[in-house]
Amino acid sequence: MRYVRILLPIVVLAVGTALWELVVRLNNIPPYVLPGPMAVFSTLVSDWPVLSQSLLTTLLTTLEGFCAAAVGGVGLALLFNQSKWLEYSLFPYAVILQVTPVIAIAPLLLIYLPQQTAVIVCAWIVGFFPVLSNTTLGLNSVDRNLAGLFQLYGASRMQTLRLLKLPSALPYILGGLRIAGGLSLIGAVVAEIAAGTAGAGSGLAYRIAESGYRLNIPRMFAALLLLSVAGIVIYGLLALISHLVLRRWHESALGKEN
Amino acid sequence: MAEASSDIDGATSGLAVSTRGVTKAYDNGVMALGPLDLDVRKGEFVALLGPSGCGKSTALRLIAGLAAPTSGTVEVSHHEGETQLGPRPGLRIGFVFQEPTLMPWTSVRENVRLPLKLAHAPAAEADARVDEALARVGLTEFADSYPRQLSGGMKMRVSLARALVTDPDILLMDEPFAALDEITRFRLNNDLLALWRNLRKTVIFVTHSVFESVYLAQRVLVMTERPGRIGAEIKIEAPEPRGEEFRTSAEYAHFCREVSAALAPSYSGQSAL
Repeated sequence: MRYVRILLPIVVLAVGTALWELVVRLNNIPPYVLPGPMAVFSTLVSDWPVLSQSLLTTLLTTLEGFCAAAVGGVGLALLFNQSKWLEYSLFPYAVILQVTPVIAIAPLLLIYLPQQTAVIVCAWIVGFFPVLSNTTLGLNSVDRNLAGLFQLYGASRMQTLRLLKLPSALPYILGGLRIAGGLSLIGAVVAEIAAGTAGAGSGLAYRIAESGYRLNIPRMFAALLLLSVAGIVIYGLLALISHLVLRRWHESALGKEN
Repeated sequence: MAEASSDIDGATSGLAVSTRGVTKAYDNGVMALGPLDLDVRKGEFVALLGPSGCGKSTALRLIAGLAAPTSGTVEVSHHEGETQLGPRPGLRIGFVFQEPTLMPWTSVRENVRLPLKLAHAPAAEADARVDEALARVGLTEFADSYPRQLSGGMKMRVSLARALVTDPDILLMDEPFAALDEITRFRLNNDLLALWRNLRKTVIFVTHSVFESVYLAQRVLVMTERPGRIGAEIKIEAPEPRGEEFRTSAEYAHFCREVSAALAPSYSGQSAL
């Protein structure tokens, strides 16, 4: 059963790719309309110096945005948890920031901030909210009796936070980070696209936009492929970290037989 | 109503817990408890018995200081002897909840160590105390296990060890064995009695089981329906040490009948729901 779950998607991928190649070849579709997977792959190899450089740029932006989202989300949630006043004052604006489409904010940010900063801020805006809301949920899900126990033993605020609230919230925080990882990539791409024609950027999204103007469709596909792979790897890494951290005790990381 | 404590007032060598006119109202104004007048002598094992919702858990939380009474006073005796762990109230009181209430993310040892850690006890002393507490409940070899790896009864033992680790004067137990199967419950009842005989802590044990209250306690206080008061007091004068033979004795059955009869008025005119 385990092998089937791995095997089936691979079969689907192989069949899909083969069909795609077949359609392109049988109909003699030119590569500037639709390149076959072989053409995409060979572009990936031949353009690797350019694409890898762009990949690195985008990944770096994503990482910076993700770190900012993680620190900002967890930090804000902790502040909100310590002070209801602060939560009531600021939470609505966190929601507003979240529900306003980032693609619409990006051009504004690009006006007021240096490009690199603007891109990171975009990644942060889309990434921080799931971390914030998940962490808040986690901090509020502390076992009531355990909280009573900490109170009984005269625990300080810091002790309660460090020994009770943060560990209780950890599974939620990690869930938020997993979402934030993918979203940071999206934020980075959106900002790069918005900044695209401005020139200086050399991220993958910029390559996609640039290749579009030049009708270099195979390179668009190659860059898109790299973005997908990057997203999958980010998600996989975060899921792995989450599993490693929680495997000793949390239901989500335990085998079914337990 | 007569004060439940009327006949121990004179004979006290010291009270561990004393409440006077304690009431607790919910936010919506409904009275949950009281007025409650309760005296528990040092070293005594008292059971608070009552139907669910009569406020017996609330009474325990008030004594522990986890909630403040709406009116009345709660007095808890001070620690005798040296208090190297400081004057925190929690170190005089151990609390065992209905659920084991363990931290799932850390080992049994760390769970038991928690009260000492919160009190900033020196590591060497804490280690020794944790080992001792685990030995008392027979869990030495499970010190490094995680709570999820233990059975319900073992988790409860961990919870008990954690309550004992600060060497409290008073042990408050809120239906600690209610969720366990009967076999495990009987065994833990015996273990608890053995611990009490050895340590002579003051124990206030909340339960809704007539049989458990009679088996364990020196004194059973029967509480009425909400708002909970002490409706009757029954002394269980049975020879020590109690064991399985007491559980099957005619004497035991007699006490159970007496306690059940005292409990009956509190159900009058109401369905169990």
